[in-house]
Amino acid sequence: MAATLRRFHGLRLLKSTPALNLQQAKQLSSAGSWASNNKKLIGAVGAITGGVGALLFALEQSVQASGSEVHSPAQPWNHKGLFSSLDHQSVRRGYEVYKQVCSACHSMQYIAYRNLVGVTHTEAEAKAEAEQITVKDGPDDSGNFFDRPGKLSDYFPSPYPNEEAARAANNGAYPPDLSYIVSARKGGEDYIFSLLTGYHDAPAGVVLRDGQYFNPYFPGGAISMAQVLYNEVIEYEDGTPPTQSQFAKDVATFLKWTSEPEHDDRKRILIKVFGILGFLTVISYYIKRHKWSSLKSRKIVFTPKEK
Amino acid sequence: MKVIYNTLFKRTSTYAVAIIASTFFFERAVDVSANAIWESINKGKLWKDIKGKYE
Repeated sequence: MAATLRRFHGLRLLKSTPALNLQQAKQLSSAGSWASNNKKLIGAVGAITGGVGALLFALEQSVQASGSEVHSPAQPWNHKGLFSSLDHQSVRRGYEVYKQVCSACHSMQYIAYRNLVGVTHTEAEAKAEAEQITVKDGPDDSGNFFDRPGKLSDYFPSPYPNEEAARAANNGAYPPDLSYIVSARKGGEDYIFSLLTGYHDAPAGVVLRDGQYFNPYFPGGAISMAQVLYNEVIEYEDGTPPTQSQFAKDVATFLKWTSEPEHDDRKRILIKVFGILGFLTVISYYIKRHKWSSLKSRKIVFTPKEK
Repeated sequence: MKVIYNTLFKRTSTYAVAIIASTFFFERAVDVSANAIWESINKGKLWKDIKGKYE
């Protein structure tokens, strides 16, 4: 380290000087020794980086008028704030909705029962949930495969063995895996909510094929998933009124959690980051004032030579 | 200031010990207070708040 510093700055950085004068401060900058070609190169790289960034920002912000789908309005999610956690009661209700409604067609193969522990269920409850499914395991001592009740380490069961079977059962449409669906769709949980509550009769002029339904939030408008959420389609164990928008909100929150299981930790660590960076800012400011104090409080006095 | 310098910062050995010890306490303080802020902001929404209903 010291050798590297010496190569860049001579001995100036390492030498303890009572007060840095401006001449010396200028010599500490390594930019002075760059050739003018180097400066041009660095300038060009900076300009290109800034330009590309501005272009990406402009494209992201541009009005999205192409396409026929309706963009989902932003809902007031209570996990939207900078420091707001997911509502775990809502995540738990969302799991009920997924289990009783969505899982008939949609798989969720990246979430295991153990992931529920400490998030929506106690360990005993998660074990009881897992035991409701049957898992093919094996081979046992005699080389046979056998069925056993699920364990905490098992992943959620898929309704179809493979994509082809799923397509064959659903008019050729493939119900996507829901594990990361909130991250995988533009609009995230707003889109999920709007899609689930946005079914309409097709307007005049829109032709739907057999097994298709009209949903203005779905790109193209013709979706192969029928409306599944109606008032009182299931009952909540905690007694929350079973309305369609409540189901949609809870399942969207649940899918937000499955897509971003680190959501709560991320936001909690942000508080810590603010604390530590705030502390470091105060220290840096103090050290800067300390180091510059002698330079800023100096006086330059002109004393004429005596003849 | 002088006392701190003479007892802790003057020798590398005590300086290193002072750094390690203060890191421990600083980290604990930041961690505990950040968690307290987090839990007060999100009171009622976290698993630890609803856990009692299911045990």
